[in-house]
Amino acid sequence: MEKNLIDLRNITKVYVMGTEELFALKGVDLQINKNDYLAIMGPSGSGKSTLMNIIGCLDTPSSGEYHLNGKNVSEMDDDELAEIRNLEIGFVFQTFNLLARSDALHNVELPLIYKGLPKSERIEKAEEALYNVGLEDRMTHKPNELSGGQRQRVAIARALVNDPSIILADEPTGNLDSKTGNEIMELLEELNKKGNTIIIVTHEEEIALHANRVVKIRDGSIESDVLSEKGKAAMQRKEIEI
Amino acid sequence: MNLFLEIKENLIISYKAITANKLRSFLATLGIVIGITSVTLMQTAIEGINRAFEKSISAVGADVLYVQKFEWFGKEDWSFYRNRKDITLTQYDYLERNIQTAASVCPSVGTTKTLKYQDLVLENVFVLGTTNEYQITFGANMEEGRFFTQKESDGGYPVCVIGMDIRNAFFENTNPIGKTIKIGTYSFRVIGVVEKQGSLLGLVSLDNRVIVPIDRFFSLFGTKRSLSINIKAGDINNLDETKEEVISIMRKARKVPFGDRDDFGVNQQEAFKATYESLTSLIKIIGSLITSLSLIVGSVGIANIMFVSVKERTKEIGIRKAIGAKKRTILLQFLIESVSICLLGGLIGIMISFPISLLIDKFVLPTAMPLWVIMLGLVVSVIFGVLAGFFPAYNAAKMDPVDSLRYE
Repeated sequence: MEKNLIDLRNITKVYVMGTEELFALKGVDLQINKNDYLAIMGPSGSGKSTLMNIIGCLDTPSSGEYHLNGKNVSEMDDDELAEIRNLEIGFVFQTFNLLARSDALHNVELPLIYKGLPKSERIEKAEEALYNVGLEDRMTHKPNELSGGQRQRVAIARALVNDPSIILADEPTGNLDSKTGNEIMELLEELNKKGNTIIIVTHEEEIALHANRVVKIRDGSIESDVLSEKGKAAMQRKEIEI
Repeated sequence: MNLFLEIKENLIISYKAITANKLRSFLATLGIVIGITSVTLMQTAIEGINRAFEKSISAVGADVLYVQKFEWFGKEDWSFYRNRKDITLTQYDYLERNIQTAASVCPSVGTTKTLKYQDLVLENVFVLGTTNEYQITFGANMEEGRFFTQKESDGGYPVCVIGMDIRNAFFENTNPIGKTIKIGTYSFRVIGVVEKQGSLLGLVSLDNRVIVPIDRFFSLFGTKRSLSINIKAGDINNLDETKEEVISIMRKARKVPFGDRDDFGVNQQEAFKATYESLTSLIKIIGSLITSLSLIVGSVGIANIMFVSVKERTKEIGIRKAIGAKKRTILLQFLIESVSICLLGGLIGIMISFPISLLIDKFVLPTAMPLWVIMLGLVVSVIFGVLAGFFPAYNAAKMDPVDSLRYE
C-alpha cells in the first residue's frame, strides 16, 4: 500500500463541558496524498477547525491515530509537536498572524530561528521565500506598513520557508477583498503546481473550487469527499499520461 | 536549537519589548532601582562602619598580645580578675628572656596625673610607664624629637614623650623639646612628641598621654601596680603560636600548678573584633533584611508587569508556538525579558548609589562601595528578575497554542 502523507484513522475529539461530553469529531478517517490540493468545508461548529488543529498538530485527538509523513503524531508531547509544526507544517491564517513589531524578513526568519539555523543561512532562505511571493522590495517593512494582500504573502513566505510537508491555510482570503483574495489563491495554486501539498479550510464554495478535492464536514463527521471539476480534469490528464 | 542562539535571540526580543513600552518598563523597573540603591547603600554604610571600627582599634595592634590580670570582655566578675596576683617586672624579665617567637616585648603600667607647664594645667592625663621597646612594639612614630633610649629607660631618667593633645595644649607656639613639665609634683624633660594617634573606639584619646621610663614611674608613683606585658609577634601569621609560647612561659613565671587554669589573660585585638561582631552582626542582618524588603516590593512590581505583558502577548505566544517555539523557548523569552528589566534597574540603582557613596565618604564617614557590593547588586537583580519572571514565563510557556491563537 502506498504510504499517505496524512493518514487519520478514526479520529475523535471530545471536549468535556462540566458533566457533558461534547464530540467535536466523531471518528474521522481521512487520507491525504503528497501534492494533494484539498479543501475542508463546513459550517461553523461542524468540527472543521478542530480537524484543522489536529492536522496542524496544534491539538491532539482524544482517540484514533494520526500519521504524518510516516510519524505517529497522535502520541507526541507538546515539545515534539512543536518540532513537527516547525519542520512539517506551514500555517497561513485568516488574520495573517504576523509579529507586529518585526519586519517582513524577521517574520519569515522566525521558523528558521526555532529550527536553529545560523544567521546567514536564515537570511538567505528568508529572502528567497519573500522573493518567491513577490515581496523582494518589502523585506524591511513592518506588517502595519503592508497591505492585507502583502501581509498574507509574508505569511505564505513564512509558511514556505522551512520547506514543510503541508501548507495549512485557514480561511486565507477571509480578510481580503476579492481581487487580492484571487491573487492569493493563484499563488497557492502555483505552489501546488510546484509540488506543495495544500490544505485550505474555508466556508466559501468559490474558494473551495480552487482545490482538487473537497471534503465536507458536518456535525463532527465527514459528509462527503469528492473530486472537484478541476480535480477530475487533473485526474483525466494523469490517466491520459499513463 | 542551541541555548546560546536562543538566549541571543531572546535578548533581541526583550530589547524590542522593553523599548516598545518605554514608560511602562521605566515604571516597572523603578522598584528595583530603589531596592538596589538602598541595598548597595546599606552595604556601603556597613563597610564604612567596619572601616571606622578597624581604624579605631588599629592602635591596639593586630599582632600584639597583652598579658594582663584582666581578660578583655571576660565572662567572670570584675573582682575575680582584680584579686589575681599582680603581674610584676620580674615576670616580665622572665618572659622577655625566654620568649623565642616575639619581635619585641615591653611592659606598661599606667595612672592618671595632673600635668603642669608654667601656668598651664592639664588634669587627668594618662601617664604610661614603659621601656624603650615600646616604640618597636607599638610602632609609634615621632612627630618631633625622639623616644627615650635604652640607657634612659634602664636608668630611669626623668624624661618623657608627650602626645599631640598635650603638645597642643602646652606648646602651641613653641618648641616642646627640652622643656620641663611637671607630672604630679615631679619634673620631667620633654624629649619627643608622638604623632597623632586618634582614639580607641572613639572613646579614649590616645594623644592625651605622657610616656615615661617605667623605673622612674615605679619609684615616683609606687610599685604596687599590676603590669601589662605587651608582646609583638615575630610573624602575625604565627600569632597563635606566639600566644601558646607566652602562656606556657607565663605559667612557669607565675608558678601556676599543672591542671589549674591560667591566672592571667592573654588579650589581643581579636577580642575587640569578636565583641564588635557579636554586637553589630544582628544590626547588619536586620538592616540588610529591611533594605531587601524594598527589593521584594520591586520584584512584585516586575512580576505584575510580566503577567500583564504575557497576557497581552497571548496571541504572539500562539503564533510563536504555531511555527515551532517549544515550551523552553517561550519560558526563556519571558524570563530573559524580566531579568533584563531587573538588571537594567540594578544598573540604574548602582549608578545612583555610587555617587551617593562618594558623598557619604566625603561628608559622613570614610567608606567606599566595594566591588563586591556592585557585583552583589547585579547578581541580586538577576536573581530577583528570575524570581519575578518565573511564574509569568511559566504561564506563557504552558499556554495552549489553539487557545492563544484564538485570543483577541
